[in-house]
Amino acid sequence: MRIPLSWLREFAQVPAGATAEDVMAELVKVGFEEEAVHRPTDTLQGPIVVGQVLSIVKEPQTNGKTINWCQVRVVPEGQQQSLTGEGIDPSGVQGIICGAHNFVEGDKVVVTLPGAVLPGDFRISARNTYGHLSAGMIASVRELGIGEDHDGILVLSRIGLDPEIGTDAMELLGLYDQAAEINVTPDRGYAFSIRGVAREYAHATGTSFTDPASKVQAPAELAGGHGVKLNDDAPIYGKPGCDRFVARTVRGVDATKPTPPWMTSRLRLAGIRSISLPVDISNYVMLELGQPTHCYDLDTLSGDIVVRRAVAGEKITTLDAKERALDAEDLLITDGSGAIGIAGVMGGAATEVSDSTTNVLVEAAHFDEVSIARSRRRHRLPSEASKRFERGVDWQVAGVAAQRVVDLLVELAGGTADEAGTDVGTAPDAVTVELPAAFAAERIGIDFTEEQILTSLEDLGAVVAKSDGGYLVTAPSWRNDLETKEDLTEEIARLVGYDQIPASLPVAPPGRGLTRVQQQRRRLLQALAASGLTEVLAYPFVSKAANDTFGVSTEGAPRKALKLANPISEEQGYLRTSVLPGLIEVAKRNHSRGFRDLALFEAGLVFLPGDTLGTATIPPLGVRPSEEVLDGLYDGVPDQPLYLAAVLTGHDSPAAAGHAPRAWDWADALDIARIAGDVLGVEIVISQGQHQAFHPGRTAQLALRTGEVLGHAGELHPKLLAAHDMPARSVALEFNADALFAAAADVIVARHISTYPVATQDVALVVPQEVPADEVLSALREGAGELLEDVALFDVYAGKGIEDGQKSLAFSLRFRADDRTLTADEASAAREGAVAVAHERFGAVQR
Amino acid sequence: MTETLPGAGVPNPLDEAAITAAVDQAVAAIAAASTLDELKAVRLAHTGEKSALSLANREIGGLPKDQKAAAGKLMGSSRGRVNKALADRMAELEAENDARILVEETVDVTAAPRRRRAGARHPLSTLQERVADIFVGMGWEIAEGPEVESEWFNFDALNFKPDHPAREMQDTFFVEPPEAHLLMRTHTSPVQVRSMLERELPIYVLCPGKVFRTDELDATHTPVFHQFEGLAIDKKLSMADLRGTLEHFARQMFGEEAQIRLRPNYFPFTEPSAELDIWHPGAKGGPSWIEWGGCGMVNPNVLRAAGIDPDIYSGFAFGMGIERTLMFRNEVGDMRDMIEGDIRFSEHFGMEI
Repeated sequence: MRIPLSWLREFAQVPAGATAEDVMAELVKVGFEEEAVHRPTDTLQGPIVVGQVLSIVKEPQTNGKTINWCQVRVVPEGQQQSLTGEGIDPSGVQGIICGAHNFVEGDKVVVTLPGAVLPGDFRISARNTYGHLSAGMIASVRELGIGEDHDGILVLSRIGLDPEIGTDAMELLGLYDQAAEINVTPDRGYAFSIRGVAREYAHATGTSFTDPASKVQAPAELAGGHGVKLNDDAPIYGKPGCDRFVARTVRGVDATKPTPPWMTSRLRLAGIRSISLPVDISNYVMLELGQPTHCYDLDTLSGDIVVRRAVAGEKITTLDAKERALDAEDLLITDGSGAIGIAGVMGGAATEVSDSTTNVLVEAAHFDEVSIARSRRRHRLPSEASKRFERGVDWQVAGVAAQRVVDLLVELAGGTADEAGTDVGTAPDAVTVELPAAFAAERIGIDFTEEQILTSLEDLGAVVAKSDGGYLVTAPSWRNDLETKEDLTEEIARLVGYDQIPASLPVAPPGRGLTRVQQQRRRLLQALAASGLTEVLAYPFVSKAANDTFGVSTEGAPRKALKLANPISEEQGYLRTSVLPGLIEVAKRNHSRGFRDLALFEAGLVFLPGDTLGTATIPPLGVRPSEEVLDGLYDGVPDQPLYLAAVLTGHDSPAAAGHAPRAWDWADALDIARIAGDVLGVEIVISQGQHQAFHPGRTAQLALRTGEVLGHAGELHPKLLAAHDMPARSVALEFNADALFAAAADVIVARHISTYPVATQDVALVVPQEVPADEVLSALREGAGELLEDVALFDVYAGKGIEDGQKSLAFSLRFRADDRTLTADEASAAREGAVAVAHERFGAVQR
Repeated sequence: MTETLPGAGVPNPLDEAAITAAVDQAVAAIAAASTLDELKAVRLAHTGEKSALSLANREIGGLPKDQKAAAGKLMGSSRGRVNKALADRMAELEAENDARILVEETVDVTAAPRRRRAGARHPLSTLQERVADIFVGMGWEIAEGPEVESEWFNFDALNFKPDHPAREMQDTFFVEPPEAHLLMRTHTSPVQVRSMLERELPIYVLCPGKVFRTDELDATHTPVFHQFEGLAIDKKLSMADLRGTLEHFARQMFGEEAQIRLRPNYFPFTEPSAELDIWHPGAKGGPSWIEWGGCGMVNPNVLRAAGIDPDIYSGFAFGMGIERTLMFRNEVGDMRDMIEGDIRFSEHFGMEI
């Protein structure tokens, strides 16, 4: 909401020198955030005066254009030019070149004299052009920054002005005024008006306030006016769509009369373009009182007005010349011809006031917030009117606003008001709230005095009566937001001042600290970062193709994924089922910035919809749903486990003197998964795996000892890397971190540390090529028995000396007993036991 | 070495002068040896089997019985002198040699390659953890929840009326199909609702996490960002308790000088509601109040939605943006730096914040 200061001053005590910034500094105390300052003089400086065109000499130019060489009087005849400066003619007559042709000799115009500055840092000076010294400019509204009009220069008579020559045109056009723009929170519809803000300014400063509504003399009763019927047969939530409709008639208006500059200036500062006098008046009254009104061309109406819901198939062409199909829930203003307006949102084109309008019907009505909000959303028609109605307008002010419009039409458009008028509807029941005496003090922590409570509430316009143990508070008609004792408490605190609230620190009961999972997550992320990986946080928005590739191991099986109804980009319209696509994007971005050696990881939620998706209905607010309904809500929310993924490209370290970096390879991806397992004390079981995003021969499946699959690790598929313009041999891994966390033991039982000597035995086994080393290792471990402390694969060999299709695996076995020094025989026997199992399982033979 | 013939060059083991001369000769040669190799040659020449002293020693066996003792004594002490000189010189030369090797092995430590480096945490993650730790220190617990939520948890339970403009101001991402009433949470407040439904009273929880709004990414907006929201539900909590908690937190976060300011505002889920500003003495362009978040006393309708009796319990809630906090605390000028994953951004912070 933009507040022109001149307007605010009419109703509040704003100090003479106060700026928009000063006003905003006061309003912020009562809860209106500062948004912007609108001040023409920030970009516009005089001298800018009224001049009269004495003579015009038309001079055709070689380029085919004709320019005007004008003599313009800028001080009254017989007076001295009081301004001095380069280009200011002491005679009071300036020679000015002008390219526009929409004026004649004798016209009064706005002259920007040398020394003036126009918006865009356009500095006016005397300059030689077209063979003359042009000392100033005859200005258009566009050049003055006060309109978009391209029709040449501003001729003052056409806006109804005949000022004295030499008058300060900036004063005349209201350009010394300024506006403070504040943010109005959605609960305070009343503050979308000068009336509401002036009251708040008075609250903020402790000064007096004049209600603009009190300055309007509206008749106590109206009768005999234009017929209006309120026929809402389908109220929303039981509330009638329209509960008051005031209609007034003004006849004999001249709709073509110009809007006076004081009004256009205020409208402009408030952000509203001048359209025509009747429309401007309607907008002006809306800004002043917060009540939207509408002017109909009375002669285009057929019969009585009926306010009703739309019927199926009904249509309307609105003021913006668009034909709109109406919904049965839309509240309409209709006459004998059908719809003439979507109530509270936008009027119809057929009945709008035009230049030929002479008789005007003024509407000031009160509409239901929800009904207006729905129509506005349905038709995507945010208007100044709907903005106010959906937040709530003062039911009481409709008659006053209609009267104000009537008064201005009579005063400015030369009309005559009918005595008769229409006022139908029923006032809503006033809400009286009980405020226990101590409630506000307890809730805020300030020991409010009774006087503070009474003064605050009465200043708002509330009626307060004392009751047993408290107050009975009836909110003013413009405050539909004051419905509970908490609402009233906020008002008391707000008007006394939030800065008065003391500080006390409540003590929480002893807590449990971070949960196990929260600690596991931290340990995992710290460990990976300490191992040389860099954490990134990518957006979870991905393409369908990305989910189909990364989110499912088998090609051609589309991934079930959540789709956004309103994504930022259609291309990335799905929620991720894998963290890898985002990581790959980040890797590519880093590549493009010159970083080729990367080790990136992210832990983030993935979205895995199951069979149930959401709930068909939503329980109401303010009530705890039944356990059954709650269970339904919980079950409808898709699974969102935490996945951890990493992508490694390039080398493990930068090249340096005396150091050859190592290219990351598939085994590094496996290692990172195993580090994760080490950190959490969970064994990760590696086996040959398959995943369409990975190299078919260089992929490990990551699993728990129980067999539960956690994810995959290895080299990314060469085709995928090429398609993503990623370096060949880039590797990656991804696993379900939540599943890993869950597999960790609650308590890790200590292992006895034997201090007896170790006995090491090596064994080389020849097995068929396709036998996985890890399975041979497991066989050795089983066969070796409890004396085995550790076994490791230290060499893989195929070639000379080994039969084709076979390979030799060399293992080192470390034996140790808990209670004695092992003899060589004992160690050898254990080794033979190990080899026996490997032989039995895989036909392994010692080399 | 020339063969020393018996009877010719072999000194008599009883000839003290000759033996001493041989010893002196050996000691001089030992002293003159400047390397371990030279010393080895000297040792062989003067103590080897064919050296004068060894040959003289051998002569003792052929001496008459009564002379043997005197000759043995002379030879013993003489050979002892030589051996001691050898050992001393050996120790000296070994020490010299060791020192020389160490000198020779000197490297330019400033040219060392960087073979291993720690990676980095993302500052948004570490800041989130730091915030959590402050509240855990106050006895609060950390609550988390899903990012795709039921509309009820995100809006209705928080007293957003179905047709109220406040609901639309949240710029929500909806999930298809619309009939399922699922959305991406616009704040972490649904976790507060879940906490109230699931936990025993009183409740003191902090809910950090990712939230989503349909803003395009630019220098100050991102469709995905992080929040932390606090919720306390207890008997007789007041706005003074809210202020005290926020002040304590601000001091932990920004130092003892930190100040906060509350301004009236509106949120459907709190009444009264306030905007929270923090005094930032180091702000670019001079000390100023910076908007930090929103807060207020939990609206009774929110308590009712969780089955909590608002006549017995009251509560306060607050919420701040992690990105915003990082921007003014750590002087991050552009939101995109936090989003794009450029490794330089995270690596600059390491694992600290």
